Amino acid sequence: MATVAANTATVAHVAEHEHHEPQSFWRKYVFSEDHKTIAKQYLISGIIWSVIGISLSVMFRLQLGFPDMKLEFLRPILGNWINESGKLDPDFYLALVTMHGTIMVFFVLTAGLSGTFSNFLIPLQVGARDMASGFLNMLSYWFFFLASAVMLVSLFIETGPAAGGWVVYPPLSALPQAHPGSQLGMTLWLVSMALFIVSQLLGGINYITTVINLRTRGMSFSKLPLTIWAFFLTAVLGLISFPVLLSAALLLIFDRSFGTSFYLSEIYIGQTGEALPNVGGSPILFQHLFWFLGHPEVYIVLLPALGMTSEIIATNARKPIFGYRAMIASMMGIAFLAFIVWAHHMFVTGMNPFLGSIFMFLTLIIAVPSAVKAFNYITTLWRGNIRFTPAMLFSIGLVSFFISGGLTGLILGNSALDIQLHDTYFVVAHFHLVMGAASAFGLLAGVYHWFPKMFGRMMDEKLGYIHFWLTFIGIYLVFFPMHYIGIAGFPRRYYAFTSYDFTKNIFTDMNSFISLAAIFTFTAQWVFIWNFVYSLFKGKKAPQNPWKSNTLEWTTPINPGHGNWPGEIPAVYRWPYDYSKPGAKDDFIPQNVPYSQTPESNLPHENELIGLEKEIEAQNLNDQFKQPH
Amino acid sequence: MVYIVALLSVIFLGLAVLVISRMAAVVKSTRGPVEEGRIGMSNRVNAALFMVFFVVGLVGAVWSFWYASDFFLPEASSPHGRRTDFLFWLSMAIITVAFLVTNALLFFFAWRYQHREGYKAAYYPENHKLELIWTVIPAVVMAILVFTGWRAWRDIMSEAPADAQVFEIVGKQFNWIVRYPGVDDNKLGAYNYKLIDNSNDTGIDYTDQASFDDFTSTTELHIPVNKPVLLKIRARDVLHSVFIPHLRVKMDAVPGMPTRFWFVADKTTDEMRNITGNQDFGYEIACTEVCGRGHFSMRIRLVVEDEASWQAWCKEQKPLLSSTPELAARIPANLKAKAAKYLPADAPAAPADSTTASTQQGGGVSIARTTIR
Ligand code: HEM
Ligand SMILES: [Cu+2]
Ligand SMILES: [Cu+2]
Repeated sequence: MATVAANTATVAHVAEHEHHEPQSFWRKYVFSEDHKTIAKQYLISGIIWSVIGISLSVMFRLQLGFPDMKLEFLRPILGNWINESGKLDPDFYLALVTMHGTIMVFFVLTAGLSGTFSNFLIPLQVGARDMASGFLNMLSYWFFFLASAVMLVSLFIETGPAAGGWVVYPPLSALPQAHPGSQLGMTLWLVSMALFIVSQLLGGINYITTVINLRTRGMSFSKLPLTIWAFFLTAVLGLISFPVLLSAALLLIFDRSFGTSFYLSEIYIGQTGEALPNVGGSPILFQHLFWFLGHPEVYIVLLPALGMTSEIIATNARKPIFGYRAMIASMMGIAFLAFIVWAHHMFVTGMNPFLGSIFMFLTLIIAVPSAVKAFNYITTLWRGNIRFTPAMLFSIGLVSFFISGGLTGLILGNSALDIQLHDTYFVVAHFHLVMGAASAFGLLAGVYHWFPKMFGRMMDEKLGYIHFWLTFIGIYLVFFPMHYIGIAGFPRRYYAFTSYDFTKNIFTDMNSFISLAAIFTFTAQWVFIWNFVYSLFKGKKAPQNPWKSNTLEWTTPINPGHGNWPGEIPAVYRWPYDYSKPGAKDDFIPQNVPYSQTPESNLPHENELIGLEKEIEAQNLNDQFKQPH
Repeated sequence: MVYIVALLSVIFLGLAVLVISRMAAVVKSTRGPVEEGRIGMSNRVNAALFMVFFVVGLVGAVWSFWYASDFFLPEASSPHGRRTDFLFWLSMAIITVAFLVTNALLFFFAWRYQHREGYKAAYYPENHKLELIWTVIPAVVMAILVFTGWRAWRDIMSEAPADAQVFEIVGKQFNWIVRYPGVDDNKLGAYNYKLIDNSNDTGIDYTDQASFDDFTSTTELHIPVNKPVLLKIRARDVLHSVFIPHLRVKMDAVPGMPTRFWFVADKTTDEMRNITGNQDFGYEIACTEVCGRGHFSMRIRLVVEDEASWQAWCKEQKPLLSSTPELAARIPANLKAKAAKYLPADAPAAPADSTTASTQQGGGVSIARTTIR
């Protein structure tokens, strides 16, 4: 087995590829069509965005935790958003929450996570030279870049960025009179999101096509690593749901700029007072359209993280993932159900209560496959031989967050209980744990695990441990207490809790504590950033297969070039989870090792598969380099 | 407090030193390739830390819950609220058990099955029976929760009883306006958003005679105790959401789409003062759908009182028509006679004193003034 791996790695660069011109700097690093470069571009952009996004949250946490604090020191960055008395402007508070949500959900956890790892891992793990269309892939990144640029600009305009919450419900977001953030800021938000959606669609089409068409010889769907299954289903979710958000955004643009009434009806607004002519529209329509994307979106964010951690946990527990098929089935179940639960965000919008009942039933069904996944993770650890790499630590952390946050979903999904809890901090706690923290941990786990493949160097492990423990503790300290605040009825998106008796002078210490914990957690991320940047240039050289993993990406050279494998793409004979197989001399058997080479460990039915190996090798390979291009 | 701060500073300092020394070590260490397959002390430390985390976390969770529970809302003042409270704590108990068991297993397995030299992990790829069991158990538990929740939801959202006392609550940037149906006909008159202006902030339509005795307030909603109350909810400009925390009531206010919520309040404000031991206690209505700059302060008070004093209070209030006689101009000729009794003798010539909202009895009539914060 080791011989095979070594072979593929050391074969001399085959001649067929040599007609390529050496690429210019621009083509190689900037407008690159290589999936690995694009993945790195996504990763770097994602990291930059996450620093911006988290900084925004630290600013509003200062306001919430220390309402009397003088924020003069922020004036150099925020200018007049700090008012004369040194306090944050309430309008800008809303802008901060909105931008924090938008940036974290879309730019960090959708583009930064799925964009990075779908791009990087799909070709490497299915055994392809590159994405199906390198050009579309490049376009996808640059659309995202444009979207980023527009969103970034919107942070600095005079009236401030969009401020109606990341869900941008009209009429607030539709009427410039209603809020300064609904003026130019909202226009830019919509433009940026439209570009972003285009980017997602281009990316998604590519991921799907690549997984379906460019798998190497022998890589049937039942041999795909769970990562690929997750990316694949994520891309399908995105492809179906993002266009709906695009239409919602378009109709909102029409309402804002062309006098239509899709979302507007019977409105009297403004300081001077003005009855708008619009009748017949419905703000609820927007919410249906938004959440038709919005709910799948939360899984778009989470599924890739779940897929990657399945891989990481199996590798580092040195055990096959428990219930491979059940994991796929539950991901499919989740992906399907994700489309028919959206209205659980709308139980108290005045929607027909009967619809509410239906959506309550559907919502609680989705909890079943989620629970199955959690149990399977835990069973994978059982009787393992666990190696705590930083990636493994983050993966275990993800499982903990997924459970803790997912469980409160059962309460929120119960419409009768949601009456009281909707739009309180209980919801904030729920989704930050299950979506925010869990997906962020997936992202971090992925970076630690695949850094050697991406950059050919290792990140420092001990700093990784420190980073993990500080972050894991910090995140629980931030979000666990928010449940209490939510149970006490504190509404979300409040600038201050001073106006009501039921919130006044209550939990001020808890809010300060949360803010301190948030600052602490944010500070801890610099350990990661330092480690990342330092290791990028000066990290120790990575071995070819540092984690002794089974998947195909580790059969490429340490620094894979364009086309990933210098010679033939390896064929695949077995599933990716042959860890600690009884009888085998090593505790892992990579996917490209044929059964005929491992008679000592084959299970009875696997011996029968030996006969098929010739067939697999003879299969017509979809090698892009062998096609005229 | 000083001790806590001191302790925390020490911890932070320690952490900072740890991080920096580690960074220094990284910089110093040689840049050769890593040695493979060396699993040492750190593995054991990380494994142990998971158990430490679990135990300390558990203590922290229990303590913080106990500490925070002092500030949870008191028992609901509405029957449906007590029902959902019960379901909430029931679900909470179930998920807490699930939370503890799963997290305990996760951390325990992580510690128990840490790497041991010479040990080989079990090759245990699947077990259909196990998977069936843990698909069915959550499904059954969930089914029970859903079913109880659904019945509560169905009852809460059912049509209001015919004898429910109706009020209207209108959200606008940034306050609530309540409209009472009036003591003479106890019926809300029609409205139209195009009729809204400074003297008529809810757009009451005076071509409907049911409107004549309606009165409005921006400071207080008075409701009778132990009687079904139906709130008719609407919004003037953007989305708002009526939230009455102590009654467990929440429903969005949507421009162009009236919504409603009915409930029974069964503890008067005075009773709650005794229960909570807080003589300043007052029910409040908040807004929970982000609506702009003043979203966090759209407060209006709610007063729950026994039926007799509620009736008496209502009788003291002046219909909007009486306090704003210029509205009489909108009354069609054939109804003028019916409206006469609400108007001062010389109406509609003299505008009456329009600032009757008395803070003393806290209520009465007030005129829409766009509050600019
Ligand atoms: C166990 C299954 C889950 C159930 C039953 C569930 C249920 C719910 C419900 C009912 C709400 C609406 C609460 C409200 O606004 O009043 C909600 C909010 C939310 N959930 Fe979940 N959830 C589950 C899992 C997840 C997962 C896995 C994610 C993300 C990966 C997620 C992300 C979110 C987000 C982002 C929101 C809030 C959106 C907002 O209002 O801004 N949930 N969840
Ligand atoms: Cu959802
Ligand atoms: Cu509001």
